[in-house]
Amino acid sequence: MFNNLLSGEAWSEALRILRLEFPAAVWETFYVTLLASLFAFLIGLPLGVLLVAGDKDGVLPLPAWLMRTLGVIINLLRSIPFLILMVLVFPITRAIVGTVVGTPATVVPLVIAAFPFVARLSESSIREIDPNIIEAAQSMGASPLQIIFKVMIPESIPSLISNATIAVTTILGYSAMSGVIGGGGLGKIAMNYGYYRYKYLVMIFAVILLILLVQLFQTFGTKLAIRSDKRLKNRSE
Amino acid sequence: MIEIKNLTKTYKTPDGSVEALKDVCITIPDGDIFGIIGMSGAGKSTLVRCINMLERPTEGTILVDGTDMGLLDKKQLRAARRKITMIFQNFNLLMQRNVLKNVCFPLELSGLPKAEAKEKALELLKIVGLEDKANVFPAQLSGGQQQRVAIARALATEPEVLLCDEATSALDPNTTRSILELIRSINEKLGITVIIITHQMSVVETVCRHVAILDNGTVVEQGDVGEVFSKPKTPAARRLVFPEGDTDPVIARDSDETFIRVVFNGGHATSTPLIAQLAIEKGIAANISYASTRNIGDGVYGSMLLGITGGRENIQQAIEYLQKTPGVVAEEVIVRV
Repeated sequence: MFNNLLSGEAWSEALRILRLEFPAAVWETFYVTLLASLFAFLIGLPLGVLLVAGDKDGVLPLPAWLMRTLGVIINLLRSIPFLILMVLVFPITRAIVGTVVGTPATVVPLVIAAFPFVARLSESSIREIDPNIIEAAQSMGASPLQIIFKVMIPESIPSLISNATIAVTTILGYSAMSGVIGGGGLGKIAMNYGYYRYKYLVMIFAVILLILLVQLFQTFGTKLAIRSDKRLKNRSE
Repeated sequence: MIEIKNLTKTYKTPDGSVEALKDVCITIPDGDIFGIIGMSGAGKSTLVRCINMLERPTEGTILVDGTDMGLLDKKQLRAARRKITMIFQNFNLLMQRNVLKNVCFPLELSGLPKAEAKEKALELLKIVGLEDKANVFPAQLSGGQQQRVAIARALATEPEVLLCDEATSALDPNTTRSILELIRSINEKLGITVIIITHQMSVVETVCRHVAILDNGTVVEQGDVGEVFSKPKTPAARRLVFPEGDTDPVIARDSDETFIRVVFNGGHATSTPLIAQLAIEKGIAANISYASTRNIGDGVYGSMLLGITGGRENIQQAIEYLQKTPGVVAEEVIVRV
């Protein structure tokens, strides 16, 4: 099946497609990923904070049934395979975007799939904070909201950035999958040319570009996390 | 004045309830430096956390200047906590904020405008001797410096009471001394009541005026530091005052010596050769079986175990002679060989 892979004809065609379709596809993948990540964080981060703060011994204890419900919903959403989730949330997508196909429409399932993941990641970041520091803030008369906004979140920024990077690369992977239901981007090109039309070289190009995007996000995220961490010694400000 | 009345704290654990504190009564006068000493697990940390209601007492009351801390609502309690601040064993600074912003933190919480908070924080950093470190981050500071920042932070809201929870336990002896000196000068200059929780005798000896010994959740002895430490009555107090205990004195098996424990509680000056004078003036030769003394400030602290031969009369004379010296307490003890 790969015997024609490197023929001159295949190469020239693949390069033509690369020139014509890839710039738009890379851009679509890029912006869908970032947009979905943004919304996933807007929902997931507060939930993550709530998962920590709302604990029985947390700074803002919430009723146990509420915490349990929250936990169940998050686990439930996380256990649905993304391909199936995309189809399941069609009604929601239609209500928000007006259509279920096309690039903007893929943002909705991506956010729904990613926010529970982001919530769990944020939760683990915030749990890393030394509980003694929170106790110290309480001893200074900090209110629960002050502890959340002035201690919990700022103190876990480096870890949050690391985890955000993991989330963004995962969302990038999901966004490529959305090519199946008519989303745009590199995933669509890989599906259309590689799977439906046996143009493997095009598919390989798409995969390479996806790898490069992941590398880009990961490198940038790691650098940012290290830069933001004031615990690392001997850094001049 | 802080009055701790019949304080009891019970924790529920899967294996039943644990009484961390049992009927603790302590009164701490204004402007005092009060030590609460005990082994780990004695309930010290729980006790100090009950004072600012970080832990809710199961029974009993905490009165701070007559106000029952347990009856305050959330908002009043937060206001009260600004007047009863705390420093910790591990400093608990915000690691992502620089020194200046750490000191500003409690002021920020109380809603003071940024510029004013900054000005005040710089002033406080000067008091703790770290004005040149305002813009560095805690991770770049030594333990002693971090504790100074924590002290500046604790002073920011102009507290009336400073709670020190094992504040020097993570520091080396020299740093401990300088931090204790700082605490003492704060107590003297600002008139802040200081409560020091520690397991280190030396800390209490160095700065405290009064002390309570906590053992297994109860106060076994309390009073003036000199009095309590020179005549520890209870086994728990003895364990603290003589941590080396009866372990290592060098005693011959066939010894016919009788033993006198000599306790130095700071009044005796280093310069007098006490044991030599006992020999010269009274003609009693004392065999030093064990000695552990140290100089703190200008006094001697610690204890010695003297073996004396020659019957009851000699012993009586020696005890009388030693007792006459200020800051020295002597008593006969039975030593197991």
